[in-house]
Amino acid sequence: MNAGLTTVAYIGATILFILSLGGLSNPETARRGNLFGIIGMTIAVLVTLAGPRLTGGGNMAMVIIAMAIGGSVGVFAAVRVKMTQMPELVALMHSLVGMAAVLVGFANYFDPTSTLTGAEKTIHEVEIYIGILIGAVTFSGSVIAFGKLAGKISGAPLTLPGRHQFNFGLLIVTVILGKWFINAHGVSEGLQPLIYMTILALIFGVHMVMAIGGADMPVVVSMLNSYSGWAAAATGFMLSNDLLIVVGALVGSSGAILSYIMCRAMNRKFLAVIGGGFGTGGGAPAASSAAQPAGEVVAVSAQETAEMLRESKNVIIIPGYGMAVAQAQHTVYEITKFLRAKGINVRFAIHPVAGRMPGHMNVLLAEAKVPYDIVMEMDEINEDFPSTDVAMIIGANDIVNPSAEDDPNSPIAGMPVLEVWKATTSIVMKRSMASGYAGVDNPLFYKENNRMLFGDAKKMLDEVLNHLRSAA
Amino acid sequence: MLIGIPREIYQGERRVAASPDSVKQFIKLGFTVAVESNAGQEANFSDEVYQEAGAEILPDAKSLCATADILLKVRAPMANPATKSHEADLLREGMTLISFIWPAQNKELMDKLAARKVTVLAMDSVPRISRAQKLDALSSMANIAGYRAVIEAAHHFGRFFTGQITAAGKVPPAKVFVIGAGVAGLAAIGAANGLGAVVRAFDTRPEVADQVKSMGAEYVAVEYEEEGSGVGGYAKVMSEGYQKAQAEMTAKQCQEVDIIVTTALIPGRPAPKLITADMVKSMKPGSVIVDLAAEMGGNCELTVPGEVAVRHDVTIIGYTDLPSRLARQSSQLYATNLVRLMEELCRTKDGVINVNMEDEVIRGATVIKEGDVTWPPPAPKLSAAPPQAAKPASQATPAAKSGGHGHGAGEPADNASVIRTGVGLAIVFALIGWGSPPAFLGHFTVFILACFVGYMVIWNVTPALHTPLMSVTNAISSIIVIGALIQIASPGKMVTILAWLAILLTAVNMLGGFWVTQRMLRMFQKN
Repeated sequence: MNAGLTTVAYIGATILFILSLGGLSNPETARRGNLFGIIGMTIAVLVTLAGPRLTGGGNMAMVIIAMAIGGSVGVFAAVRVKMTQMPELVALMHSLVGMAAVLVGFANYFDPTSTLTGAEKTIHEVEIYIGILIGAVTFSGSVIAFGKLAGKISGAPLTLPGRHQFNFGLLIVTVILGKWFINAHGVSEGLQPLIYMTILALIFGVHMVMAIGGADMPVVVSMLNSYSGWAAAATGFMLSNDLLIVVGALVGSSGAILSYIMCRAMNRKFLAVIGGGFGTGGGAPAASSAAQPAGEVVAVSAQETAEMLRESKNVIIIPGYGMAVAQAQHTVYEITKFLRAKGINVRFAIHPVAGRMPGHMNVLLAEAKVPYDIVMEMDEINEDFPSTDVAMIIGANDIVNPSAEDDPNSPIAGMPVLEVWKATTSIVMKRSMASGYAGVDNPLFYKENNRMLFGDAKKMLDEVLNHLRSAA
Repeated sequence: MLIGIPREIYQGERRVAASPDSVKQFIKLGFTVAVESNAGQEANFSDEVYQEAGAEILPDAKSLCATADILLKVRAPMANPATKSHEADLLREGMTLISFIWPAQNKELMDKLAARKVTVLAMDSVPRISRAQKLDALSSMANIAGYRAVIEAAHHFGRFFTGQITAAGKVPPAKVFVIGAGVAGLAAIGAANGLGAVVRAFDTRPEVADQVKSMGAEYVAVEYEEEGSGVGGYAKVMSEGYQKAQAEMTAKQCQEVDIIVTTALIPGRPAPKLITADMVKSMKPGSVIVDLAAEMGGNCELTVPGEVAVRHDVTIIGYTDLPSRLARQSSQLYATNLVRLMEELCRTKDGVINVNMEDEVIRGATVIKEGDVTWPPPAPKLSAAPPQAAKPASQATPAAKSGGHGHGAGEPADNASVIRTGVGLAIVFALIGWGSPPAFLGHFTVFILACFVGYMVIWNVTPALHTPLMSVTNAISSIIVIGALIQIASPGKMVTILAWLAILLTAVNMLGGFWVTQRMLRMFQKN
């Protein structure tokens, strides 16, 4: 296939990828969007396979073997993964992209067919260097994020003394190694700094994610998403391939925007999140101790909860990470169905950072077959709480904390929250009185119109459902 | 401390300040309770049920006042025509009285109470803030009045409320017009709607239009620009032009509707006269007007306070005791309001009250503190000003360590920082353009444009689909496989192996990513 055709095909693939992302603006067009993505990818791969660089049946066979093995692993994972584990899967996949970027970078460096000289050669080497750097950070960062999300590594932030200086030191060393690498003559001489830098980048990725607390995971996951895009873009520069550049830039900006949205939803600055150390039990919670919430916590039973739900007209359910942990989404929907059949208006309110990745709750509810038109964004539903009879909070804490609005000294002050306390009654389902990830006590629990339903979310909801059904 | 519940002596007053439930709750708070004999008779609470709830029954008000520390009443203290004495004279020094007082209208009573050196909390002076809603007796009474107004109207109205098509002919639905959509007005709308009438409502405060609609009525607007909300969520006096436009609208409604419920009150002033004699004349024979403002002079010119009058074939109901006509219900709600107030007064739950003047709610309700008149309270805070917590937030978050442009998320960037960013970018671009070969610049152009396309496209993605977005971008970023595919054919074993591994890894991502995205998207379904 000639180069012109390849380029045109790449343009087609690019357009398909853009349409694919554009389709996600609406659940109805989203499936078609995904199809566009698949077609685009197929075109890009087939055209490359038919391209001038790939000759000889042996190579083709190797490609097919690799694709078959990798593809079946991927499909297997995609079929088996539980929706509650989506953040882990996504993090793991980011790490693969990062690793691939590193491998391609090295391969490109070893490629003896390169004939560049002068400024072009320097730029090319810088591109390789940066591509591998981003790829390595993405890889190790994603692996750690996966570990944290899967509970294999403690969610608590690791805050080494002088960690900012440490990061800064790594940066300087990386720059020095880069200079060494560019001035090197020949592949074998340049390999040494390149490997050192890769190791440092891996350490940096580990350290960066280790320092970030569990509640900030949505930001981390979106950030790594962004990085994997930039890694692809850097590879595109390295290979002078516009398709890679465009797709990398699309993915990169997508992840960046998601990170921005997540930071805004927590009223945190991006650098502060990346700086890490939130929810350590250090200075932050102490600041709020002046305004210890006063009052009494009123506990209710599953039966009373069922009665309250039955007697209400408007119910809003606020799911949080606790629902995901307890796998309670199906029971939640059973309750929803039951109440809706009784003519009660049940809706869901989703805080942008509920869960461990952007949109996590929406996916869980969708899995339980909750229709998406009763699942509302925070901004859509927040003003409806005053006319709501029962707001049921399932395993969420910081996102319904009134001190974000009332207490300027609170560590989460200014974070937009769901104003559940404006409902006639709010019911918080929780395992205990422990505070959320931010380590902040929640005055909501002490409010006059708040009730606590203690216990495992799944177990308690099952009981609530039984009481609802038995009374019907 | 002992809480005393006397019998109300006002002619026709059927309410009582305690229910058996509230007695139980007082006892839980650590108080003891005494109830005057027959106090709850008219509200269907017998002495026995009070006794069962744990209250002591005392024969008369005198013995009650001799022992009680806190007196809970409905009506303000008044002269007792039977015994020729004034209720206020029974109060001992240091006692606390909680009831409706209306300090603005009852100057003499206030002086009298102050002279007795008692503490008085007026249920009508509880500030209208959200924390105090649970003890807002005015609202709970207004709710009942609004409901009862419709019931009274139905009683005097010679037709069905709901439209019916019967074998004996078609019956049109009654048309009800509610003036003033406060608590009473909204309750009236709800009750009339429940009976099947066609309900319209009007209020000078345009923001209640949504509440009116939510209760099932149509909001009738006055075609005149003026904002009618006063302090504390009450209405205020409107301008002349507005009043004229409003009168025209009311006159028009009078000719169309069958029943009018008026609830227009402005705090501390005589009720505005909204319905003139001429308007009454223009109404259909058999129509009914219920004037909930009768006690303050009435919204209708022809209202006779306390009575039912028929003028120009229109029945005008001017009852001033509507809540009392639903005595059991209103006693229950009023008693609950009092329980909530006592909870505020006795946070320690040890049966001793603390009139804490630092507390906004208690401060507002207290009109006399140990003989000193403390009414009127300082102006209430604005009713609907959301707290602006955004500013102090930046102090609480760990300071951003960068020295660059740290403007916060969501705030529009100010001009200076836009200029700085612009200049910075210009320098970076200049440096890139200066030292780069044209081939690189071509790619760079593509890169920057793609970033912008991405930016535009991603902002359109609905937040509900952020997880699928991540997994699909993930799948798409395995486009990096192209790089590996190009290189696998290059000479050199090392390159081939690395490229092969890269293909393997990206294949996992590519197929897995698209597959799981599809799986997720299939789950999203509409109702």
